[in-house]
Amino acid sequence: MTAYIVRRCLYAVPILVGVNLVTFWLFFFVNTPDDMARLALGAKHVTPEMVAGWKQQHGYDRPLLFNSAVRGTGKLTETLFYRKSLRLFLLDFGSSDGGRDIGHDIAQRMGPSLAIAVPTLLVALAVEVGIALLIVMFRGSYIDLFALLICIVLMSISLLFYVIGGQYLIGKVWRLAPISGFGDGVDAWRFVALPVFIGVLGGVGAGVRVYRTYFLEEEGRDFIRTARAKGLTDGVVLFRHVLGNAMIPVLTGLVVVLPSLFLGSLIMESFFGIPGLGSYTIEAIQNQDFAIVRAMVFLGSLLYVLGLLLTDISYTLVDPRVRLG
Amino acid sequence: MRSTNIIAVLILAASDVAAAPWNNPYPAADATADVYYDSFEERPKHLDPARSYAENEGQFIGQVYEPPLQYHYLRRPYELVPLTVREVPTPIYQGADGRELPEDAPVGRIARTVYRFRLKAGIRFQPHPALARDSQGGFLYHALAHADLAAVHTLADLPVSGTRELVAADYVYQIKRLADPAVASPIAGLMFEHIVGLREYAERLRRLRTAARASGGFLDLRAHDLEGARVIDRYAWEITIKGKYPQFLYWQAMTFFAPMPWEADRFHAQAGLAERNVTLDWFPIGTGPFMLAENNPNRRMVLVRNPNFRGERYPADGEMEDGPAGLLADAGKPMPFVDRAVYSLETESIPRWSKFLQGYYDVSGIPSDSFDQAVQYTTAGLTLTEEMRRRGIRLLTAVSASTSYVGFNMLDPVVGGDGERARKLRRAIAIAADTEEYISIFRNGRGVASQGPIPPGLFGAREGEASINPYVYTWVNGQPQRRPLEEARRLLAEAGYPGGRDPATGRALVLHFDTSASGPDFRSTLDWWRKQFDKLGIQLIVRDSDFNRFQDKLARGNAEIFQFGWNADYPDPENFLFLLTGSQGKVRHAGENAANYSNPDFDRLFEQMRHMDNGPGRQRIIDSMVEIARRDGPWLWGFHPTGYTLMHSWYSNAKPNLMARNTLKYVRVDPVLRAVRRSQWNAPVWQPVAWFAAFLVAGLLAAIRVYRRRQRATAL
Repeated sequence: MTAYIVRRCLYAVPILVGVNLVTFWLFFFVNTPDDMARLALGAKHVTPEMVAGWKQQHGYDRPLLFNSAVRGTGKLTETLFYRKSLRLFLLDFGSSDGGRDIGHDIAQRMGPSLAIAVPTLLVALAVEVGIALLIVMFRGSYIDLFALLICIVLMSISLLFYVIGGQYLIGKVWRLAPISGFGDGVDAWRFVALPVFIGVLGGVGAGVRVYRTYFLEEEGRDFIRTARAKGLTDGVVLFRHVLGNAMIPVLTGLVVVLPSLFLGSLIMESFFGIPGLGSYTIEAIQNQDFAIVRAMVFLGSLLYVLGLLLTDISYTLVDPRVRLG
Repeated sequence: MRSTNIIAVLILAASDVAAAPWNNPYPAADATADVYYDSFEERPKHLDPARSYAENEGQFIGQVYEPPLQYHYLRRPYELVPLTVREVPTPIYQGADGRELPEDAPVGRIARTVYRFRLKAGIRFQPHPALARDSQGGFLYHALAHADLAAVHTLADLPVSGTRELVAADYVYQIKRLADPAVASPIAGLMFEHIVGLREYAERLRRLRTAARASGGFLDLRAHDLEGARVIDRYAWEITIKGKYPQFLYWQAMTFFAPMPWEADRFHAQAGLAERNVTLDWFPIGTGPFMLAENNPNRRMVLVRNPNFRGERYPADGEMEDGPAGLLADAGKPMPFVDRAVYSLETESIPRWSKFLQGYYDVSGIPSDSFDQAVQYTTAGLTLTEEMRRRGIRLLTAVSASTSYVGFNMLDPVVGGDGERARKLRRAIAIAADTEEYISIFRNGRGVASQGPIPPGLFGAREGEASINPYVYTWVNGQPQRRPLEEARRLLAEAGYPGGRDPATGRALVLHFDTSASGPDFRSTLDWWRKQFDKLGIQLIVRDSDFNRFQDKLARGNAEIFQFGWNADYPDPENFLFLLTGSQGKVRHAGENAANYSNPDFDRLFEQMRHMDNGPGRQRIIDSMVEIARRDGPWLWGFHPTGYTLMHSWYSNAKPNLMARNTLKYVRVDPVLRAVRRSQWNAPVWQPVAWFAAFLVAGLLAAIRVYRRRQRATAL
């Protein structure tokens, strides 16, 4: 297994370099350093000298990928790509174009993102698995049909609608939770409750349908028929045998999203005023802060690679037949 | 405490409503605290007074930093009054030989103007670690070792603070910072044109900075004199500017010219602090009534009362109507009135508006989506809706000192130039584009159609019939009325485009409209613009692009017709009329004249007008300039936005002041009344939860019953 993990880590290096290159190219294809300078300096009284000064001060006065003005390795190292992107591999995110320490910002914002994402994931998992098992228990009945209909309706509604509707009903009309904001320490639960509830509600339709499919697949297998023939109750069959054997897809689906939890949710954070990483990335794109954009894209790709690796490892934990070599 | 307040406190205690409602986003302990609550939409980028230029940053640093002058809070027209200095300085004119000239010396003879400022004694900086000293008198935190920085992420992590008296050298130090290339002040280029020796000083600093970077040292600006800014004694300094520029004093009311203690610059220059986000751009240090206690732009900014503030007093006079409006009730009382101001980040308008209605924000604008909920047009004019009145909400409106216009690129071969044909084409378009309709549809009536470049309320803007642009409007029944479309069509035909047809192609004339308003939100606006041109038979091609592409087009002169705007730096017509001067041409001079309009008569009059004091003579020249601009029509004029502000009944001393940023000190809130209202408005509704729980239990019971029945059932 160790050899497998090392090999996968080595595979990740060219992937991350590629992601970095593509991000770099896309960003500077759309924005020139002059654009970044103008946006940073504002619209009034900006002179070409000030633009040049800003670029020099922030290190954007170098060529993008190849510097023909210098000799030797400098042709590659005295470039924007080398200076701005390669440090990321040491997890040194550097400073934003606004002068702030990106690593510190990320560390600060990760907490609020996780405060929403982790409870949403766990509660959603429990609710979705529970409802899916119930539906499977009543498969083929009107309850099953009705539940499926509800799931499709819930899936068809945009998350934005849940957010606005939830804020309106729960926050404004029923006045049961703050409409937006974030609290410190224990007080945070008051602010987390509404976005978590809405996050769970927004995903429950799709989640229940997926889990129901997994469980139904297991339900049709021979060992389940045998269990029933032995006289086991529905509850024991479902919770012990169906759920236990459906854990591989459930777990792999879960592990792959774990790293992305750190990156936060754009809509939830924006509407609920959660100071997390989702809004951090969007603000950086709006402000054309390349330093933050590349750091967040790098972090995203790194976590995604990590998620896939963890998924592979999790196979071996839930299914003894799987061996990584 | 007023008797009503005492009664309210008793009611609170009796009914135990002091406990925060469930949806209260603030700690329950703050329920009756003297706190002002507001929101901010966009995180501030800069809090360094030399760098900050945006209005959303001004709401924070305007309360912390104190430039020498300020705008009188109540008097109109806007008037400069001393803030930290004893009096508003009188300009001293000097000839080329350095001799003093009389006050009425002709502009041509004035080589330099000197402004001497005399500081009030005893003003002290807020507590700050940069000013903290040890028992030997040395600075405690000016030589932080790398190990000391391990736990430092904010100034609060350095436990000891110090203070000292504000001196003239602090103001001079800040002026030097404006030239520092490492600071990159947005007004550096502008000030190079005015402050004597500032451009050369910037060059010198550029060289010194390179050397300082190599040695890793702090560049102490005190050691490098600037000719145009000089300390006279502990409390006095002078600024020397080139020629005569009376508007320079307005800049002295902006935070660009607020004092900066050298110790703060020295402190923040230490290696390692910037990497920890502890920068001067993030942690202000001032002498103002408030200091920034919490700086978390991702969530919340908190200003608290500066314990070292000297105690400025509320103004004792204002306009005639200020007394009856209750704006002089606090006359002569020491400010500020609130202990704390909490600004929460709200990027979306819906939660912001809802929280205002729940009483969790003291003031609010009106989002477009909620406009009808807040105000209505009746025969009596614009009024608040019944819902707002019931809550005791009040409305304040003010035409802002800004203009939103559509410009013609005067370098363009079709719409530009000063030929009669192009002039008639521009005039025809100006008549056809129904600005009043635009304001009504897209701004809910929140704006005033422009009659010229100067917004109403500023010196130079006329009122009544004299105010209208006669090329676009006529005066009918005491109101400006847009000229008929037939006249626009006639002008178009005279311009050589009968029925909007281009004789060169035989087809509809094609014009291009550039705007940075891109995306689905602006589609209806752009469609509206197409329709306005369509009235004349002109085909309008809209080229929307992002802000940078748009700026680029303007800079290169590639835009034909474009949408743009300007916010005033100061309340003087010069700050609007300069937008049409030839020397400000965007393409040739990289200036602010995006239309690239150039008229020698206008430019000559501008040079005369800019140096004059307000009076009939200046008004006459402004009238002539406005007439030239209206005749040539480089802009389609557009509109001046009107700001609508709603405030709760517990908020007092509110008067729109479009120039001042340091207005928090005048604000008074009644926290007890606020707590009562919040409790009344935010009682939780539990029935839906009870229904939901009952539904769940019923469903569960039904499922259990069905399950048991199935378990008991036989196969056959």
